[in-house]
Amino acid sequence: MSVPATKLNTMNRAHVRRRLRFDSAMTVLSLLMTAAVLVTLGAILVTLLYNGLQAIKPSLFLESTPAPGSEGGLANAIFGSLVMTAISVAIATPVGVMAGTFLAEYARQSKLAEFVRFINDVLLSAPSIIIGLFVYGVVVLGMGHFSAWAGIAALAIIAVPIIVRTTEDMLSLIPDSLREAGAALGTPRWKVITYISYRAAFQGILTGILLAIARVSGETAPLLFTALNNQFWSTNLNAPMANLPVVIFQFAMSPYEDWRSLAWGGALLITTAVLALNIVARLSSKGKRS
Amino acid sequence: MQDIKKTSSVMTDTPKSHRRSRGLNWGDPFFKSATFLFAMLVLTILSGIVIVLFIDAWPALKQFGPAFIWTSSWNPVKDSYGAFVPLVGTIETAVIAMVIGVPFSFGMAFFLTEMCPHWLRQPIAIAIELLAAVPSIIYGIWGLFVLVPICQKYVEPFLIATLGSVPILGHLFQGPPIGIGVFLAGIILALMILPFITSVMREVFAAVPAVLRESAYGLGATRWEVVWRVVLPYSRVGVVGAVMLGLGRALGETMAVTFVIGNAHRLSMSLLAPGTTISATLANEFTEADGELYTASLIALGLVLFILTFAVLAIGKRMLLRTSGKGGLA
Repeated sequence: MSVPATKLNTMNRAHVRRRLRFDSAMTVLSLLMTAAVLVTLGAILVTLLYNGLQAIKPSLFLESTPAPGSEGGLANAIFGSLVMTAISVAIATPVGVMAGTFLAEYARQSKLAEFVRFINDVLLSAPSIIIGLFVYGVVVLGMGHFSAWAGIAALAIIAVPIIVRTTEDMLSLIPDSLREAGAALGTPRWKVITYISYRAAFQGILTGILLAIARVSGETAPLLFTALNNQFWSTNLNAPMANLPVVIFQFAMSPYEDWRSLAWGGALLITTAVLALNIVARLSSKGKRS
Repeated sequence: MQDIKKTSSVMTDTPKSHRRSRGLNWGDPFFKSATFLFAMLVLTILSGIVIVLFIDAWPALKQFGPAFIWTSSWNPVKDSYGAFVPLVGTIETAVIAMVIGVPFSFGMAFFLTEMCPHWLRQPIAIAIELLAAVPSIIYGIWGLFVLVPICQKYVEPFLIATLGSVPILGHLFQGPPIGIGVFLAGIILALMILPFITSVMREVFAAVPAVLRESAYGLGATRWEVVWRVVLPYSRVGVVGAVMLGLGRALGETMAVTFVIGNAHRLSMSLLAPGTTISATLANEFTEADGELYTASLIALGLVLFILTFAVLAIGKRMLLRTSGKGGLA
């Protein structure tokens, strides 16, 4: 590069040239790879928009899933997804926040904390279909039938480790001097945690909850044999309930053109919701960290 | 860390008169044990999963014994089941995903940490993370309606024409180009695990001390040489950990694979033929399974998958922990 070329004999020069050429080849290759992945992401979004927008019309939100060949929408599935996501995250949030608090505030670097952290990470990336099997074994067999409650249980089990992880991460970012300042005023530990740590980490914890909602709302595999599906409008949590992911799965795999179109519509809805949640979560946590 | 523990014990040891007059002290033990119980709940869930799967799979385990793993028949009519075909499919698709996904992840991490101008880094990183957030069913539906026709018309005929006639290797690329199959499932999995591996790799690359990089550059090393000979060896353990995490995901992924693999309980030498994985078999057959042994065999498949992913994830975590230990706070 900046080595004076005159001092190099021809062999060395050839060697340097080969190194430089290899370097530029690798540079170009990595650029191409990055571009290819970004283009693929773009392609996914474009096809999703193109096919999904054709299905977006008022009836999509107002009518229930149709029999093949007749008109209909996804109202029951949208409702089911909203209800199951909301209840499961409402259950998972206190569990996750409390467990995260234990790790960050009490157990910290102890052996027990390391172990719980490890198990939590395993649970975080365990195949979601396995969680479906577990809930099937406990809730569905226990109750004797498929139900929305079983779906909620499966989704909550998926949400908990996400919330545990982010809560712990965010609480451990809080400087100990803040806690010590609280303690020096004679504040009991639990008040230090709830009034000082939680407040300081509030946005981060909220981010974790948003990410959990995003993750849970797109989960399909654990619902296949817990909440099952329901062709009709149902608000009964004790009965099988329609939900967007499973409806998308069934409709997309079907040979009927109008069902496939509805599947694209549902796919667009879910992706929009998930990406919007992710962007909001990222924005709120970014403002916090800097 | 130690200090806060001491302060807290001092804090709770306030004089008795204070305690009684303020009535403060019930809160601490209560709150602490509440958080403890919820943390234990996480452990309970995981052990619950293992126990429940084991109990529900017991009829199949008792009937077939360890031979379940290497038996290749899957016949609901004769009530004879073996995990071999889906297990091979699971490993096959995951390996394809790694072979394609790891070099791509490395290329992207290389680009992002070493060359990308600063203003572009954040947008690309966010785009990659969004790719990770897209639900797997979207990859499935996209793969089925977009990638399958492309593969069928262009990619697979090309592979069959070129690689199909190579001695030994050619066996992997034979048969009719139908799009749906193990190969396409592997490609979709590669796309799905890419963002995970890339972002972890980026983190471990960024954790390499700048002095190391600068000294290599100072000796006249090219950018590629710095990454390949200095950054990569230094962060080796973390990179392997990242790859293991990706592998764990690829093994357990369900929906995207179910859409495009074709769900055929058949062993085939060709990667272009339809096959099945453990998770795809579960997704397709579980609700339709009648008979105790059928259901139990499916759950036993799930148990095999769980043990497999648990082992891979545990190894990956271990390796990542070792690297983060070097750099202090994770």
